[in-house]
Parts: sequence; C-alpha cells; structure tokens
Amino acid sequence: MSTQMHPGVRVAGWSWVWRPWIVLVTVVLAALTFLVFCVSISVGDFTIELSAVFRTLIGQGERVDEFVIMDLRMPRALVGLIVGVALGISGALTQSIARNPLASPDVLGITGGASATAVFVVTASGGAAVSSTIGLPAAALTGGLLTGLLVYFLAWRRGIDGFRLILIGVSVSAVMQALTTWLLVLADIRDVARAQSWLVGSLDSRSWTEVWTTLWITLALVAVVLVIAFQLQPMHFGDDVAAGLGVRYTAVRAVLLLCAVLLAGVAVSAAGPVPFVALVAPQITMRLLRSPVPPLIASGLFGALLLIGSDLIARIVLPNDMPVGVVTAIIGGPFLVYLLVRANLKRAA
Amino acid sequence: MEQRGLDPAQAGARPRRLAGLVLLVGLLAAVAVLSLVVGARALSPAEVWQGLLGDPGTDQRLTEITLIVQTLRVPRTVLAIVAGVALGVAGALIQGHTRNPIADTGLLGVNSGASFAVVLAVYLFGLQNPLQYLWFAFAGAAAAGVLVFGLSSLGRGSGNPLTLALAGQGVTIFLAAMTTAVALSDKQSLDVLRFWNAGSVQGVGFDVIGIAAVFVGAGLVLALLNLPTINLLNLGDDVARGLGVNIVAGRTVGVVAVTLLAGAATAACGPIAFLGLMVAHVARWMTGPDYRWLVPYAGVLGAVVLLAGDIAGRLVVRPAELQAGIVIALIGAPFFAALVWLGKFRQA
Repeated sequence: MSTQMHPGVRVAGWSWVWRPWIVLVTVVLAALTFLVFCVSISVGDFTIELSAVFRTLIGQGERVDEFVIMDLRMPRALVGLIVGVALGISGALTQSIARNPLASPDVLGITGGASATAVFVVTASGGAAVSSTIGLPAAALTGGLLTGLLVYFLAWRRGIDGFRLILIGVSVSAVMQALTTWLLVLADIRDVARAQSWLVGSLDSRSWTEVWTTLWITLALVAVVLVIAFQLQPMHFGDDVAAGLGVRYTAVRAVLLLCAVLLAGVAVSAAGPVPFVALVAPQITMRLLRSPVPPLIASGLFGALLLIGSDLIARIVLPNDMPVGVVTAIIGGPFLVYLLVRANLKRAA
Repeated sequence: MEQRGLDPAQAGARPRRLAGLVLLVGLLAAVAVLSLVVGARALSPAEVWQGLLGDPGTDQRLTEITLIVQTLRVPRTVLAIVAGVALGVAGALIQGHTRNPIADTGLLGVNSGASFAVVLAVYLFGLQNPLQYLWFAFAGAAAAGVLVFGLSSLGRGSGNPLTLALAGQGVTIFLAAMTTAVALSDKQSLDVLRFWNAGSVQGVGFDVIGIAAVFVGAGLVLALLNLPTINLLNLGDDVARGLGVNIVAGRTVGVVAVTLLAGAATAACGPIAFLGLMVAHVARWMTGPDYRWLVPYAGVLGAVVLLAGDIAGRLVVRPAELQAGIVIALIGAPFFAALVWLGKFRQA
C-alpha cells in the first residue's frame, strides 16, 4: 500500500477515496478482457478477422460472419465471461469472509455439492439430463446451494469463524467426493464419461438460453453484493472494530456468504466446476491493485479474463478439445503452491 | 527410553494400557471372523471353518464354500487388516511428526497422487493388472505425500492445521483435474479409474497383498524404531537436540515409514481417506500422548475400523456392495467435522 494521501470524494451522501491506480488497472483489465473475448470469438474451425469481429459486434458485419459469431461462438464466449466474473467475485467474497487467501468455493464444498448432485442427475436419468438445458444446471445449482448452507450451519457456533468454516468445508467436500465416486461406480460407462467431462468444467456447446439465465442471476447477485460491500470494508479490521463502526457484521457476513455461494452455484451450473478460478483471480488482482484485501470488481474482471483466456488456450494449444478446467488447473495448482510457500516463509521471517 | 518411576500417575498405566491393547486385538479377531462369515452369501462359522481347512472332496456345496472362503473372504479380510494397520500407524505417526491434528494420508493428497499415477499407467502403457499398476500407485502416492508434506512444513507452516488442509486440498483438486483430463481421452483408463477410486479391499489377490505386506512390514519396523524419538521430538526441537536426538535422522525415518505404509496401503486398495485421522484421535483419547502406546493402538484400531467398514459396506446395499473407502469417508468426514466443531483443532 502506498503511504501517500488520496483525496476523498463526496457526492450526495456517498463518499469514497479517489485512487487513480486502482481505477487505471481496472480499466486496463476490462479492456484486456474485451480483447481476449474478441480473439476467442475470432478463433475456431475457420478464423474470422478481428476487425470483422468488431464490425459484427456493432451490427455492421457480413451475413456469414454474423451467423458464425452470433449463433455459434458468442454464447460460449459470453458464458465464459459471466462464469468468470461470478467465480472471481465469489472467490473475493469467501476470501474476505474467511480472512484466508486460500478459501474458495472449491474448498468450502460448494463445487463438491454441485458435482455430486449433477452426477446423480446424469446417472439417474441415463444421460438424458445432459441434453436438457434446465435439468442439469438447476440440479447443480440446488446441490451447490444446499451444500453451502450446510457448511454454513455446521460451522456456526456463536458466530462464523473463518478457521472453522474452512475445515468444515473440507470435510463436507470429502463427503461429497465420496458420494460422487460411489455414483460413478454404480453408473453405466457412457454416463460416466458424460459426467466426467462435466466434472472438470467445460464451455462446450452453450446456447443463448443458458447465456440469459446465467446473466440475469449473476447481475442481480452482483448488484446485491456491490450495495452491501460498502459494509465489508470495516470488517477487515476485525469484528470489534466493525461493530464499533456500526456494522452488523453477523448479518452482513451471512448475506455476503450467501451471495458468494449463489454466485459459485450459478457458475458451476453453467460451466461445471472449473477449478481454481475463484482462488486465483482475487489473489492476482490484489497484487496488481496493490490492495490489502481482495477487490470485488477487479477480481470479477480478472476471473473472466482467466476463464476465457484458458478456454482459448484449451482450444488452440491442447489436443482433442480439452475442457477449460484442465487449463485452469494447470495454472491454478502451481499458483496455490506459490501462495502457500510464500505465506509460510513470511510467517517464519 | 524407559521412564519408569518418573511419574506416580504412570505407575498403574502400563498394565492398564497393555490390557487395553489385548482387548483391542481380541476385538480385531472377532471382527475378522465376522468378515469371513458375512457376505452376499451368508455362511455359518462351521461352514467357514470347513472352507478354511480346504479339501472339499467331492461335495458340490463344500467345494463352493471353499472357493468363496479361500478366494474371496480370506484375501479381503487379510488385506483389510494389513491396510488398516498401515493406515492407522501412518496416521498416528504423521500427526506426531507434524504436530498437526488434522494430518491424514487422504487429506495429504496421497490418494489423488496414486489415482493420477494409476490413470497414467493405464493410459500410457495399457496396463490391465493391479499387480502391474501397483508400483505406479505406490510411486504416485509417495510423490504427492512428500510434496504436500514438504510444502506445508516449510517455514512456520508445520503445526498449522489450515496450511496442511489447504495444501492437501489444492494438490488434490489439481491432480483430480489432471486425472480427469487423461481419463477423458481414454475410456479404458476411465473405467479402471472409477473402480480404483472407490477404495476397496475386495477383488485383490494374494500376489498383490503379498507385495503390499512386505512394504507395510518394513514400514512398521521403521515406525516402531521411531516411536521413542517422536516422544522426544514433541518436547520441541531444542529440547530434543539437547537430549541427544538426531533430529534430521528422526524425521527422515518417520517420513520414510509413513510413505511406505500409506503408499503400500493406497496402492493395494485405492484411496481411503480419514481412517488414519480418526483412529489416531481415538487412540490418543485412549492412551494419552505417549507415542509408544498411541501408535500400536492406532494400528489395531485402524484394522478394526477398516474391517468393520468393509463388513458394513457388504450389508447396507445388499446384494450390491458399498466400497470400504466410501464407507470410511462417510463415517470419517462427519467425525472430523465434529472434532472441528468441538474446537479440538487450534490455529497455530
């Protein structure tokens, strides 16, 4: 954190601090995300010029390009964008609430619960649910949400404590993993293949219906989060300070955690449990912004950048159409290791 | 490392602990007999005895019983005991060395390392037989375990439950995604993987069990030699050094023992999580913090729990079976959550 003073700004009862660096980085992130978004649309079985992509986006493109872009490639890219934003914000929220850089929806059992439910639906319906646009996402969302609530209530003991939240999350994840494994053992091998490809997180063959559902839910949740996030800031100083500043921290924490769970649930139901995006995005953004706490909006943007970027890599670099989750795992795993080593060495110093 | 006469409260402890251990071994014997009797086809103890003796003669029914007992029930019972002892001892040992109450072979990423290695072996070399990919599973388990263990004990990370849990969880998520990537490219790997992943003591032949038992035996010897050292190490590194303990040697022997035990057990039965963690806590509750007693208790308890889990798995969804690894996770994870809730783990 820089020690220089930043001027305060006050407009009609709302006040905030003017930090040029944060605004600059956020804008650059947004621009980069848009650029990768366009590249992701231009790349495919046959390449469309970037300039043609821009023209089509503002409604001036040729008919052929318009069909390929709007009907075939756009839904995939948009779902990636929205899911990335949802995961990034969800990760920033869980890390703030648990006050631990390593807390993420993966660790808290949300993805595990969504996976177990989704695999149950796939295997119980004999694979029919995969083709339906409502069944599988709805099931995953419900499963993720219920598991998130379960973790919350199990971790509740005169308030929520980050340490207990994470360990309870790890144990609930383990139960969900065991259930998933069991379902896979019982199932037919073809269903297993379908479930497995869903399980690693993929953006293949998305439709506009999915785009709209995901978009509206995510937008609504992000709006709620941004309104309440104002109260999140004092909570980084600890419960006592927050209470002294007039924040009802239990209520704020509960609502924000619920939003985080819902965002992760929406993301998982749209793209499957894409690993590590929620963990990595807030941490890298914190470093980029030189912010002491995970920033919300920039984390969302970086999540989107990471997800569509990874999807691009998965399509161009990797053989036989690997799902995006493989790439995010390759990026996220070593990053997690780095975080751990750094945290430990710092504690030792 | 005798401590006789040091503490008056210890005076009556030794016979009591010995009696407890004998009692546990008795329990283990009882569960083992139960394991031979219970199954898709229920046999009476008398029939099992006949089956064990062999020599069915020409009796059709007796031939069948002999076959069931000798090729199905006996191997899985033996394997459950071998793997249970190994995982129990490994769990207690690893908790002693890390001073970390949540240390567990499953949470350490050992299981996912083994899964990944097995899938790679099946995919790259087309291996079919558990006897062949046993070695890969062992190597994968050892590598992942050492990685997570090393990561979480760098600097001041050791002793902090959170660091270990998160390192283990992170490595597990990473390896699981890699495993899925390989399995997706190859249906055969996928089929091997999903059964292997469930963690079962069933369907493993004596050839595999024999190799696993050799490793477990070696691991047990090292573990037993290591016990007095753990007691001293737990006084703190400085005190231990002052008492003449070679710290590096002590830790190395411990890690090698854990790797041998957990690697062999995982290679033979597949991933079984939470067993080591559970029994280590129960054993500590029974014996107190003296590792010379705690570790043997944990070993016997591990065998009892794994056998009981296997038997329960045969009963709950008859005539199908629930794999022992799944049963143990379904019992163990809530047990772990309860410990968390009761505040048994402290943030370092």
